[in-house]
Amino acid sequence: MNIEYYIVLSIALFCIGIAGVLTRRNAIIIFMCIELMLNAVNLLLVAFSKMHHLKGVAANPNAGIEGQLFVFFIMVVAAAEVSVGLAIIVMMYRNTHSVDVNFLNRLKH
Amino acid sequence: MNAIVISAIWGVVMMFSGIFSKNNAVIRGTAVTGLALLIVVNCLELDGTSLFKVNVHGLLYFNSFSLLFNTIAFGSTLLFTLLSGRDMERVGRSTPDYFALIFFILCGVSISSSFNSLLMLFLGIEIMSIPLYILTGTDKRNLKSNEASLKYFLMGSFSTGLMLMGIALIYGAKGGFGLDVIRFGTTELTPMISAGLLLLLVSMSFKVSAAPFHFWTPDVYDGAPTVFTSFMATVIKAAGFIAFLRLFDDAFGDLHPKWQLIVAVVTAATLVIGNITAVFQQSVKRMLAYSSIAQAGFMMFALVALNETGKQGLLFYTAAYSVATIGVFAVLIKMKDYTFEGFNGLAKRQPVLAATTAVFLLSLAGIPGTAGFMAKFYMLTAAVSNGHVLWLVIVGILCAAISVYYYFRVIQAMYFKDGEAQVAEVSGTFKFLLVVMAAIVVLLGIFPQWLLDKLYFFLI
Repeated sequence: MNIEYYIVLSIALFCIGIAGVLTRRNAIIIFMCIELMLNAVNLLLVAFSKMHHLKGVAANPNAGIEGQLFVFFIMVVAAAEVSVGLAIIVMMYRNTHSVDVNFLNRLKH
Repeated sequence: MNAIVISAIWGVVMMFSGIFSKNNAVIRGTAVTGLALLIVVNCLELDGTSLFKVNVHGLLYFNSFSLLFNTIAFGSTLLFTLLSGRDMERVGRSTPDYFALIFFILCGVSISSSFNSLLMLFLGIEIMSIPLYILTGTDKRNLKSNEASLKYFLMGSFSTGLMLMGIALIYGAKGGFGLDVIRFGTTELTPMISAGLLLLLVSMSFKVSAAPFHFWTPDVYDGAPTVFTSFMATVIKAAGFIAFLRLFDDAFGDLHPKWQLIVAVVTAATLVIGNITAVFQQSVKRMLAYSSIAQAGFMMFALVALNETGKQGLLFYTAAYSVATIGVFAVLIKMKDYTFEGFNGLAKRQPVLAATTAVFLLSLAGIPGTAGFMAKFYMLTAAVSNGHVLWLVIVGILCAAISVYYYFRVIQAMYFKDGEAQVAEVSGTFKFLLVVMAAIVVLLGIFPQWLLDKLYFFLI
């Protein structure tokens, strides 16, 4: 398949993620949208990896492998981020009994 | 290399130190030992002696620039721990964990100052940010701290998402993550490279809080426990700038004429917004948050100019700015009232505190004779010798003049207004350390070559 399809799909997913972060008010939904952005990037990296592999396989049988390696790192970091992020959201829920980010206006004077 | 391994191991040691000792002095001592060890090891590596060698397969690249910056970062952390270590215990009960997180952050700092591949840039920035989200929210019962940490977390991971998209697009265009692979043959802006470059620029601007992506900074710096704001505003911000500079110099240096104008506009906006908004603040903590945005504007000069003077100037700027800011924050933590009025009459009650704070503020404002002046001088020299951005130099000088107003408001409150400044107990050691730091600021301002010759020496 053409690489353009993958690029368009992941850019679309990425933009859905950005739109969600900017418009939604629920902290957990915002968080899911951020994960969507990261997964759009994963998809794109895998597609590019395959593309570079097909391009360079004659010279180097391992061509394009670093793209897939990067995906694993993104997954690991995303998991670490999820654990910290959910802990922060739980901590806020304990104090405010809400996960609405509109609560986040106390710091503005 | 050694610093990365040792800081990660020492982080684990700090976690265990909480099990073996309930005595805070022991824990603090362990942390100080670790930091001293890191500085020694790093200086040895600058001299060419490594304790052990690890094959990093070209993912990391160490030169005197990154090693000297690491030394500055570890040194600032050491000063910070010595000055404010006791105040950290007052934030919550898990002091060993805070120190462990600080060591993990230092591991991230050393990775992001010496990356040679976008993979390591991403990992370094994340290792630096994730512990910081936790540190921001350590004051668990305080709603402001909760809020700051949630806001910081959402903004931080959003900008990480943008950065990853940028990296993916550049990978698609060039077929590799190494900085040399990206630089090789990149002289034209194809759509994919320009989109990736723009996304990387935006995400790095988020990390170093450059306008128009600075809006999270005042809230987060204000809400976080003051001890950790001090760390966040100095070491982390400086490390972000070093990563920013290395990325745009080593990977996109050949495209410099094409992105210079965008970065120059971002710099001018950062300077103007940071300085003008700082003027209207009522709280010194919030004023320092805006002042950190304003100082970020000056550090961006190195990126706009992208020459040897700019690079060395950036190193000097991080040292001068970190020492002065850590000093001001250490005094601020001791104050009961964070507004400008809270400082009224401090000079009569605590002459040493007032005098040293005055020196730090003078340095931040860039008055001749202090390190801050030489730092700003190097930055402006770099921009002038670049030749294309003279208008930015004028904006920079005007903004430096504005900054004098809000820094001097604190000095005026301390010396020329009557009042009962409420200060917590300060020990003799604390005062002694403040005097030492003020001496560093003045000595670096008079003999800047002490730090910079070190760089030249190792380059040759």
